Amino acid sequence: MGQKKMFHAPCNQVPTCGELKVMDAVPYFVPLSRPPGVAWAWITLRATSGRGERNRSESVAMTSEAVREHAPEGPSAIELELRHCFVLGLGGDAASYRQFLEALACHLRAYLRRRLPRALEDVEDILQETLLAIHNARHTYRAGEPVTAWVHAITRYKLMDFFRAHARREALHDPIGDDDLFVASDAEPADARRDVGQLLGTLPDRHRVPIELVKLQGLSITEAARCSGLSESAVKVGIHRGLKALAARIRGGV
Amino acid sequence: MKTDDFIDFLARESSPPPGSQAGGPRFAVGVIAGLVASSALMAGLLGLRPDLAQVIHQPMFWVRLAFPVAVALAALHLTTRLARPGARVGGGAWVSLALPIAIAWGLAGVVLAEVAPDARGALMLGHTWKVCSTLIAVLSLPSIVAVFWAVRGMAPVRLRLAGAAAGLLAGAMAAIAYCLHCPEMAPPFWSLWYLLGMLIAGGLGALAGPRFLRW
Repeated sequence: MGQKKMFHAPCNQVPTCGELKVMDAVPYFVPLSRPPGVAWAWITLRATSGRGERNRSESVAMTSEAVREHAPEGPSAIELELRHCFVLGLGGDAASYRQFLEALACHLRAYLRRRLPRALEDVEDILQETLLAIHNARHTYRAGEPVTAWVHAITRYKLMDFFRAHARREALHDPIGDDDLFVASDAEPADARRDVGQLLGTLPDRHRVPIELVKLQGLSITEAARCSGLSESAVKVGIHRGLKALAARIRGGV
Repeated sequence: MKTDDFIDFLARESSPPPGSQAGGPRFAVGVIAGLVASSALMAGLLGLRPDLAQVIHQPMFWVRLAFPVAVALAALHLTTRLARPGARVGGGAWVSLALPIAIAWGLAGVVLAEVAPDARGALMLGHTWKVCSTLIAVLSLPSIVAVFWAVRGMAPVRLRLAGAAAGLLAGAMAAIAYCLHCPEMAPPFWSLWYLLGMLIAGGLGALAGPRFLRW
């Protein structure tokens, strides 16, 4: 237990997302100043053409630019904080993982609000969808690579999904200049319009039961396995598949 | 559900589920299953070439086999990169993909330069040029399914490119299987028609990617 506490300590010292320190920190991605018209044309193009991979070269260019400009400083404070908590979380430390998700949610919220100034009512829904996507894809993070770049890629993918689904509406939107996830942080949530809890109820039993036991009632994997008569790995796989099915349902319902 | 509650909900169990920690095992299963399926389809549909036992003693058999194997390795590297969000695809990946093609074409050029001009056409067309690329594309279909299955276990964010890389990998796997049937040994033939067959598979993958790799 004492050991575990020690593991928690570095995470707890890091400022939480609402504080100024994080907001002032140098982001891993440095936004290039781009004329708004270009960004607008880019978003419109992306939203209407449905091509998902166009902007990659741009993103790589941004990254290398950022690396060139900030090479001596190394990874930003946000990167270090997020990576630390995320890696501990993947190792099974749920408290650190929670901290990672909370800090991330604040950044995502600010980012999405900037990107969707006319669709603020959708922000909380997309935020939850993105968090679920990040959670479901957590095994695709490779140790040592920047967590911010990984999160950024997933977030952008989910945002483009939203744009595609709302292409017509989005075409009328104002341009938004920068595409930097980690410049600001917004801790103040709005209400989600979609109820994930209700969607959970529509999952088949083999997925829903493990999720309810572990995620809602807070049982450990071992307890849930004993409770449901499933093996421990069946419980874990059930949760994993169930959350993927939940993501598919959310996507289908947007 | 409020986002705070939702985070609570997600954070209850943070370690990745069993068997999903790394993409490696999943890709190994996908590639092996695809190779087996494409080879079985080749054996059932076309049959091994009857003189295979003699041909394997010729160096050119192995040179020809090395071409799709090299393309498959480069495509596998590219596919595993594209299956991870935010992973950078460096120039090296593209170079390693272009290199076997350049070497095969160089070899074909040397062979063509050595023969009389009026024999060059025959070397390039062989006896089976009409069916070669199509057969490779057909043999790639089970491999495409297997490789897509592996990529779907990851989180690709550039769906068309990831689909194209997966299709190219499947096409190269099909070409490896096709080597055991194909009677043509001349580099001008296989550097052209094998490549075309693999590119068709890559094109199929690019078409299928945005639809089947979505998550």
